[in-house]
Amino acid sequence: MGFGPVAPEPNEPMFHADWEKRALGLTIAAGGMGHWSIDESRFARENRHPADYYSSSYYEIWIKGLETLLLQHGFITVADLAAGRPVDPSPTPRRVLREEAVATLVSVGTPCDRLLSASPEFAIGDRVRARNINPARHTRLPRYARGKVGLVVAMHGGFVFPDANAEGDRSAAQHLYTVRFAAAELWGPQGDVRSDVHIDAWESYLEPV
Amino acid sequence: MAARTRALETILVGKGLVDPAAVDALIETYETRVGPRNGARVVAKAWMDPSFAQWLRSDATAAIASLGYSGRQGEHMRALFNGDGVHNLVVCTLCSCYPWSVLGLPPVWYKSPPYRSRAVIDPRRVLGEFGVVLPAETRIEVWDSTAELRYLVIPQRPPNTDDLDEEQLAALVTRDSMIGTGFPRARP
Repeated sequence: MGFGPVAPEPNEPMFHADWEKRALGLTIAAGGMGHWSIDESRFARENRHPADYYSSSYYEIWIKGLETLLLQHGFITVADLAAGRPVDPSPTPRRVLREEAVATLVSVGTPCDRLLSASPEFAIGDRVRARNINPARHTRLPRYARGKVGLVVAMHGGFVFPDANAEGDRSAAQHLYTVRFAAAELWGPQGDVRSDVHIDAWESYLEPV
Repeated sequence: MAARTRALETILVGKGLVDPAAVDALIETYETRVGPRNGARVVAKAWMDPSFAQWLRSDATAAIASLGYSGRQGEHMRALFNGDGVHNLVVCTLCSCYPWSVLGLPPVWYKSPPYRSRAVIDPRRVLGEFGVVLPAETRIEVWDSTAELRYLVIPQRPPNTDDLDEEQLAALVTRDSMIGTGFPRARP
């Protein structure tokens, strides 16, 4: 059905070719220039033709996404890519990730929690409906949950709001909740009666029931 | 893709935007230093030390950081405890979010469309494809990593392991058991 069975690999190499390693390292190192957020890079990877997305491997998507980000921010040009070497000048980045800064970058990461002055609209135990919204651009509200009723089971305080963060607005933050949906609510009679699905949802994704 | 990736690196290094030594250091970090042995140590300590398990339940980020595991794709952690009749399963349907700080880089299947699409709608059959067969009455709690919280499953301690020390216990903890697609090994 659909995509078929899950296929674990018996030997599970971490990388399947040397270029995959470079794709990982280049993506993180270029992100280290500080010109885009994780949500903007997710959007660059995911906002492509479904046939392209589903026929590309994980690291292929990373390279395509990285090219998109670098083009959008003016660090590379189509002429650079066509030549396979630097042709056009590029703006000066905010910073360049140096070898000695890698350990800190990895061990500190990029925390996304934010202190909010606004009180949370919902509380643990509240029944909420995931809004039926269909943003044209980036969102982290899964389509399968939209319009469905669930229960708030955890509150996490403020978190950077991905829909705005993907557009370059890093200041927007909202309360984040974990919401539990019964499988039957999501999937109807085919849902496993002894199964729930939890999502982490920002406040504007939810409405009171 | 090899040529395309090499060309991109040539452009970025040539423009002074990327330091190739930093790229090497990043690769080495995830090939050798950050991996599922980190998470196994967290689980083993939770099995040995009830107060650490309690800390994991209340503030997993701090509890895990106390063992030296923190940072990128593990900034905000939550621990999910399996119990009698409850089995937790972690997925990211939207991309491939995964707790790098404790499990390293995700395996290919975790990033694949079959797993990402089916773990939420058909978790029992997906578990069956991993050889994980649960009693029919066991609830499956699926956690879709849609925000920046990263989930680590704490599997149940295998039986007859009371005399093992933390290191021996950690050796029983498989990566898949910390995602929910496997169980810990039985003691040898």
